[in-house]
Amino acid sequence: MSHLKSREAILFGAILCLLFVVAARFPAFVAPGNLVAVFTDTSPLMILAMGQMAVILTRCIDLSVAANLALTGMVCAMINVAAPDLPVVVILAVSLALGAMLGAINGILVWKLSIPPIVVTLGTMTIFRGIIFLLTDGKWINAHEMSPHFTGFPRSDIFGVPVLGWIAVLVSVVMLVLMARTTLGRSIYAVGGNPHAAIYTGIDVGKTQFAAFVISGMLAGLTGYLWVARYSVAYVDIAGGFELDVVAACVIGGVSIAGGAGTVVGTLLGALFLGVVKNALPVVDISPFWQLAISGAAIIIAVAFNAQSGRSKGRVILKSAEHAQ
Amino acid sequence: MTYQASEQSDDPALNPVLSLDNITKTFPGVKALDGVELHLFAGEVTALIGENGAGKSTVVKTLTGIYQPDGGRIVLDGQPVHFPTPQDAADAGVTAIHQETVLFEELTVAENVYIGHAPKNRFGLIDTKAMHAKTAEILKSIGAPIDAGVKLKDLGIASRHLVAIARALSVEARVVIMDEPTAALSQTEIEELYELVDTLKAQGKAILFISHKFDEIFRIADRYTVFRDGQFVGAGNMANVKEAELVQMMVGRAVEQLFPKRHAEVGGEVLKVVGYSHPTEFEDINFTLRRGEILGFYGLVGAGRSEFMQSLIGITRPSKGAVRIDNKVRVIRSPADAIKAGIVYVPEDRGKQGAILDMPIFQNITLPSLHKTSREGFIQLAEEFALAREYTERLDLRAASLDTNVGALSGGNQQKVVIAKWLATQPRVIILDEPTKGIDIGSKAAVHDFMSELAAQGLSVIMVSSEIPEILGMSDRVIVMREGRMVVEVQGDELSPETLVRHAVGIQAKGDAV
Repeated sequence: MSHLKSREAILFGAILCLLFVVAARFPAFVAPGNLVAVFTDTSPLMILAMGQMAVILTRCIDLSVAANLALTGMVCAMINVAAPDLPVVVILAVSLALGAMLGAINGILVWKLSIPPIVVTLGTMTIFRGIIFLLTDGKWINAHEMSPHFTGFPRSDIFGVPVLGWIAVLVSVVMLVLMARTTLGRSIYAVGGNPHAAIYTGIDVGKTQFAAFVISGMLAGLTGYLWVARYSVAYVDIAGGFELDVVAACVIGGVSIAGGAGTVVGTLLGALFLGVVKNALPVVDISPFWQLAISGAAIIIAVAFNAQSGRSKGRVILKSAEHAQ
Repeated sequence: MTYQASEQSDDPALNPVLSLDNITKTFPGVKALDGVELHLFAGEVTALIGENGAGKSTVVKTLTGIYQPDGGRIVLDGQPVHFPTPQDAADAGVTAIHQETVLFEELTVAENVYIGHAPKNRFGLIDTKAMHAKTAEILKSIGAPIDAGVKLKDLGIASRHLVAIARALSVEARVVIMDEPTAALSQTEIEELYELVDTLKAQGKAILFISHKFDEIFRIADRYTVFRDGQFVGAGNMANVKEAELVQMMVGRAVEQLFPKRHAEVGGEVLKVVGYSHPTEFEDINFTLRRGEILGFYGLVGAGRSEFMQSLIGITRPSKGAVRIDNKVRVIRSPADAIKAGIVYVPEDRGKQGAILDMPIFQNITLPSLHKTSREGFIQLAEEFALAREYTERLDLRAASLDTNVGALSGGNQQKVVIAKWLATQPRVIILDEPTKGIDIGSKAAVHDFMSELAAQGLSVIMVSSEIPEILGMSDRVIVMREGRMVVEVQGDELSPETLVRHAVGIQAKGDAV
């Protein structure tokens, strides 16, 4: 535990360093207004990473989040085109429900048919994108077709921060409580930490994984509406490849790919780190290719860090094996 | 009791093949080996005896090149040697059959036996034909009726063990190390293993035999060496030592009584199982369990005891049968139902099925009891901590903080966490599957003591055990299972090792009506 906390401190320090370096060359970057913009820009990644974290903690992975986002976003946009006066609350409810349903499909396949999650979500990822194409024939829905309240909602300002940013904060708080203070949160850690022990403890492993997929899907659906509204455009390929950023945020944030270890705060910091890299580097005139290289290096460093802490744990296991001889 | 063999003798038979001389190995915070000595002789079995943490596994790893000693010498045929890698140890003819055999499921028996040193043909490719022939030869020499071509995953646990032994013998072994080789074997298989050890002795191999079971040490060892807390305590000939002396050397004190069974007031019926059956694993299990009673389940490995227990707690579904608790029929479809009904199961494989290592102690303990410490769906952390503290204190678990991850605890303490977890659910019936398997004598006594205490407090205990002294010492009543069926239920004066073994293996006693 203390190890994880120290790791979060390191990540936090890395983000501060990054900001400091950028500020030295371009002070306007750390102006409050710009920091809020960076935070808001990173919000979709943070929201998705919260769901992905729950999934990875149960020893699964959800590669369909970006496709879910695109499909739900497209459906929301189509509803808006068909019924321009529908209030945003209804759209939000639809996005959460549809996203949760798509997540439930992943969950059911993993739970009831025991198909490996990577295979299931690779499949549904392609299927979801395919469905968008079938729905639209590949046509775009553009800004002028959407109603102003639909596109305005995520951008409307509360205390100087756009609603999109506040939603990321809200989702983070809900996940923080869910993971730390509910039976489901504990079950998620238990299932990933030791599935056999979880079964004996009366926890249904498949059902817990199902719940994690539903959470991930629900958050992907929510992000779908927010994304489409924010950029005021919906088409087949939005957020293409974004699922890898989401997984990267989790890994950088210290979520163990082997399940059972990882925190909400760490994951948020992982997402923020990627967000700062993405936003800061163009400002200081570093080519986008370096961005990719830095993100990639951060992932490898994070995994090496995990392996390191895993190794010290390995020593303990060795010792206990000696005791148990 | 110390002996003089370290002085070189002119008679080669009296010189050790392999010696450890003043070996020291330190891990961060632990001195695992502190100047130990050990001598192995051709054609003799040396038993290495010691409690958990005495350094036995470290010695094995040092001898096989997995660990490098910090100080001291390894002497082979009078020459100091180094084993920088396991391959070097194997090349020198030192080979080990490990506690948990590491084999490859998807490979064939022959591939498992020859992995890493497969015979090559003239193109440098693996000579499959030669490999199979050689494997068949080795398997024949140890009397194992196994086809060299089958995949390992299709073999049972006992056959896998024989494959592991065959692998150890596939190198030109001069020294064979057996680390708890009988732990997973049934009685008949153990007898076969003893014969195998005799064969190896006759071939002139030096054997290091590590075991917790005194009966087998006395059965097959020629010499003994005792370690305690990483230090050499004594060595000598088995012929000149008594069991009590060895125990005293191991623990540094005399263990008065191994089975401190206290008399508990046996009360009314708590659990009644009627006609429990499973399509393949067991059939028609019937028994009752009373308050404060310890009911032993004895049988050979594979008799269906664990399978029955797992079905009783809802991991697998029975095809027929009913469970009544306090005279009420309870339907148990999942472990959660069993916990609700008051039946909990402490599995045999505690590492795999017990604790969640990445979780703090308190969360491990409260995992099945979270509904008790939750209000409106939210866990109340203060209450959760209080519950965890209550049971860690009851089990005398010492840890810096309940926030410590279980993975950082010693094996014994991990086990306490698992037991605390189950007691915190306030069960009526606790099932302990092989509760003392692989733990040392000192800890065993603590577990037995604790079981007695639970029974005295009115809990009903079911103990699955393959150790006859433990079954006889602890149980009020014993049910013997064989091939998935209950063979007999014995209690009182009928309880004797002969009765149990006879029923477990299915031999009629002389004079019994057939």
